[in-house]
Amino acid sequence: MSTKVLHVLYNDDDVLMEAVHKTRSAHHHIEEIYTPFPVHGLDKAMGLAPTRLAICAFLYGLCGLSFGTWMINYMMISDWPQDIGGKPSFTFIQNMPSFVPIMFELTVFFAAHLMVLTFYMRSKLWPFKKAENPDVRTTDDHFLMEVSVKDNEEEMISFFKETGAVEIKVIDKQ
Amino acid sequence: MYIFSNKLKTFAFILMALGIVGIAIGFLSAPSTTQEVEQILQAREHGHHDAATAHVAHDTESVAATAAADLHAEEHQAHLEHVLHGLENRPWAAVYVACIFALLISVGVLAFYAIQNAAMAGWSPILFRVMEGITGYLLPGTIIFLVLLALSGLHFNHLFVWMAEGVTDPASANYDAIVAGKSAYLNVPRWLITAVLILAGWNYYRFYARKHSIAQDTATDNSDYKKIFKASAAFLAFFIVTESIASWDWIMSIDPHWYSTLYGWYVLASFLVSAVTVIAMVTIYLRANGYLPNVNTSHLHDLAKFMFGFSIFWTYLWFSQFMLQWYSNIPEEVVYYITRIENYNLPFFGMLVLNFVLPLLILLNTDFKRLTWIIVMVGIFILVGHYLDFYVMIMPGTVGNEWFIGAPELGAIAFFAGLLIYCTFSTIAKQPLVAEKNPLMEESKHFQY
Repeated sequence: MSTKVLHVLYNDDDVLMEAVHKTRSAHHHIEEIYTPFPVHGLDKAMGLAPTRLAICAFLYGLCGLSFGTWMINYMMISDWPQDIGGKPSFTFIQNMPSFVPIMFELTVFFAAHLMVLTFYMRSKLWPFKKAENPDVRTTDDHFLMEVSVKDNEEEMISFFKETGAVEIKVIDKQ
Repeated sequence: MYIFSNKLKTFAFILMALGIVGIAIGFLSAPSTTQEVEQILQAREHGHHDAATAHVAHDTESVAATAAADLHAEEHQAHLEHVLHGLENRPWAAVYVACIFALLISVGVLAFYAIQNAAMAGWSPILFRVMEGITGYLLPGTIIFLVLLALSGLHFNHLFVWMAEGVTDPASANYDAIVAGKSAYLNVPRWLITAVLILAGWNYYRFYARKHSIAQDTATDNSDYKKIFKASAAFLAFFIVTESIASWDWIMSIDPHWYSTLYGWYVLASFLVSAVTVIAMVTIYLRANGYLPNVNTSHLHDLAKFMFGFSIFWTYLWFSQFMLQWYSNIPEEVVYYITRIENYNLPFFGMLVLNFVLPLLILLNTDFKRLTWIIVMVGIFILVGHYLDFYVMIMPGTVGNEWFIGAPELGAIAFFAGLLIYCTFSTIAKQPLVAEKNPLMEESKHFQY
């Protein structure tokens, strides 16, 4: 079964934003928008849910802190508590100040790297991935809005012409 | 125009009146002779028998008494004098801590104001009159502080041990070779003159910027704005040098045997975060009363971000200073921390919770940074925490073991808080709340984050 979508191209981000508002109020479903650069406020205009990446990063940071604390406690206090230069290695808290740099760095390391990996996984980015680019011009100076066609194709085309589109294509998606 | 409400004015006066009562109680209850100290110590022995350290000290003393009565009497007398100095210092130190804390808050607001001007920040001009209002405390605060410094210099108190009689005289029983070696820097005339020059410089910038900020309101061009910009850049260069000197002179010299190279930064971070907190709280108060209609949650969000960031910056410096001295454990340095950990354990580590853990966990959330009650709550933690920070910087070198947060301390806080509130809001009431002709004002009004 094939579904029809419209590829509506714009050449200005202000026109695009205006078009998104109109499209949403006309209750057309926006599948995707391709832009050459971040358009400020586009996610809000499209009604996308806010990202939860920061919450992930916080939890990863806690993991890093726990790992750092466990690791250094095991190595310096439990496994082989030596007297190194008179540092008190009887309990964790006694020698804690010297462990803080490691605990801090591991917190940052875990939070940063795991958040980046999460971002790659969620946005499906990896090396040798086939680029999903509907039109090469969208990486340079054009903005493309992909809208699913419900029933009346002609009516939709004339609607999007009104919004200042420079080009409208009807695509059969497999 | 803001109208200074009678309710708030009365509140400020009540705070000041209660403060004076508290300070008076402190001065009246301080002992002046070793006999009085003896009575206080005896009352304390009966008061808490569980106090292990005091009890052990007493026991060993009584054992020593039977063995060598003469030696014991001498030691006991020295001990009484030590305690007497601590108790005599307590009301002075309580006033000194609150006075320098309030003064540095208004100095911090001034520095923040200069940074915003020099950086040509687009979000903050709408808060400039609020900041100018809080710096209205600078002049009265300076005068009170200079009087306190002068009283110390004239030997009305023993806050600064390097001022004591005979410390630089090798023939004296009080001779201290280390302090004598520093006397080229640590001497009262140099110390007082520097303080006057530093405070005069800060007050002059405040006066100049305020004058041109008001002049800009009716100006037809931007020449006043440009003057403020240049003055702010010059002030910041002057400020960073003088702030460092001020923190050595007014705080670090309380412990003249100890030194730390990042001390100036550490003190700066402490009062800068308190200053941003006060700006946020005053802004929230005025906004809640309908005086700042153009201040939106994005402005509050930015202030909360500064509170969050500077809290972590303060912690970073606190830890760097602590960890480096703890790690190397050089006796002449580390004694500073030993006295604090042994005698001031709760305030010393408690302030870390107030100044680091709570702001970190609460202000991390973007949505929380937009809620006024969250900002006010964290603001209270930060202000209490940084008062304790100054308390722990100053008290161990002045009152030692004889610390307690009672009438003199709370009284001094109340008095200076009342004065700060009064000066702030009476200054704000003198000029329109929004400096309309500031070239960045339109941007600031529409600031969204």
